[in-house]
Amino acid sequence: MLDKFRALRAEHAAVSAAGRDPFGVTFDAVLSATEAVLDGRRVLLLGTNNYLGLTFDPASIEASVAATRAQGTGTTGSRIANGTYDGHAALERRLARFLGRRSAMVFTTGYQANLGALSALAGRGDHLLLDADSHASIYDGARLAGAQVTRFRHNDPDDLRRRLRHLASQPGEKLIVVEGIYSMLGDTAPLREMVAAKREAGAWLLLDEAHSLGVLGENGRGLAEAEGVEPEIDFVVGTFSKSLGAIGGFLASDLDGFDALRLSARAYMFTASLPPSTVASVTQAIDAMEANPHLRDRLRRNGQQLHAGLAAAGFALGAMPSPIVSLPMPDRETAVMFWNHLLAEGVYANLALGPATPGGRPLLRMSVSAVLTPAQIEAAVTAIARVGRSLGLAGVPLAAE
Amino acid sequence: MGLRTGDASMLDERAALREITAALQESGKLTAPVTMDTRILQDLNFDSVGAIDFIMLLETRLDTIIPMDRMAEIETVGDLVRVLTRPDAAAA
Repeated sequence: MLDKFRALRAEHAAVSAAGRDPFGVTFDAVLSATEAVLDGRRVLLLGTNNYLGLTFDPASIEASVAATRAQGTGTTGSRIANGTYDGHAALERRLARFLGRRSAMVFTTGYQANLGALSALAGRGDHLLLDADSHASIYDGARLAGAQVTRFRHNDPDDLRRRLRHLASQPGEKLIVVEGIYSMLGDTAPLREMVAAKREAGAWLLLDEAHSLGVLGENGRGLAEAEGVEPEIDFVVGTFSKSLGAIGGFLASDLDGFDALRLSARAYMFTASLPPSTVASVTQAIDAMEANPHLRDRLRRNGQQLHAGLAAAGFALGAMPSPIVSLPMPDRETAVMFWNHLLAEGVYANLALGPATPGGRPLLRMSVSAVLTPAQIEAAVTAIARVGRSLGLAGVPLAAE
Repeated sequence: MGLRTGDASMLDERAALREITAALQESGKLTAPVTMDTRILQDLNFDSVGAIDFIMLLETRLDTIIPMDRMAEIETVGDLVRVLTRPDAAAA
């Protein structure tokens, strides 16, 4: 039964043989949004998606504890059975108000939000048009959808237009799916051009703001807000497991008849709902996100500091400064070595290997948090530069050191 | 040069094979003559990501699209030729 994983096991063993298993890191303790203990040593967390640092927001923790005491540890049921409490409904209203949308529905994870949304929205006879660098949850949702799936080149509105043109004569709805910030490289979608392509073709547009909620836009509503195109976005998907510091996902829209999705999105219907503790912390975290716009400024500055520091250290960086900074690695062996050496220097980053990465190229992926201090980032840059230099990857004089 | 809009649906097998060969050359994967039996992953040394990128390159050259659900049918160059030449293959 498991023989088919022989090659995968061999590959995993080869990656782990160079040091630690990068996909099996177990922290002894997590001390804060920016530090953990690993094998008795403090490490700086530079790969968490904890963009606003709200995992340790005191009010969110208190709300979570109070909800557990009042309502128990779990709902033991799905949203369409016994698993909808007043908190779930209130969170959906709160989220809709924050996003300026008529309706929102909450899923148990962000992965399930895409799975449920895409499979329910795009049925047999419809068309899904996915950016080639889409997250696995989008691809998996598309596989469940029954719709014909077409990929277009990453962030290429002309390629999207070309494909829409080919599909123009075919019946069925066309749903385009793009992401606000792409998780591997931190680049953003050219959203206005995507919107223009959508309008020309009479298609629909779903925007996944998983990495951009709380990060982009004056009020943190994401890329659509930043680009001034919110009315053109038909469906917004997002997660609570990044800037809101918990777990869960959502789908929001202004369309009439939205509630039919509650009876058709299987990833919503056939799984237990979020526990009261998470519902409470997320609701409180939305308040914190709204009340603390300075966190977004600090996040932006931190991303710029890391980006500038690494550029000065001689690393070739792709995307513009964002909370995600990725270093392209020449090959898998070097990537694994870099990751291990960096951890030995006390910095945890993400090792990202193909096929999860654009073009299957290995990456050392980092993401900053608003609550990292300039000194922590400087220390991280110094460590990364040292490792890069030892592996011959940081080519020019190390101005950051 | 690739074919122009609409031509993809009229491709015959030889033309499709010619285009595939040219696309392989463009992507630096043409190390030996390609036949209908050439296996895309094993013989051309593509990984799964590279293979999909190659298909996208081919789609652009031929100004056509190959839906993702047809990808599962494609193991050899011959399979790819058939997908490209069957009228319902591409949505063109």
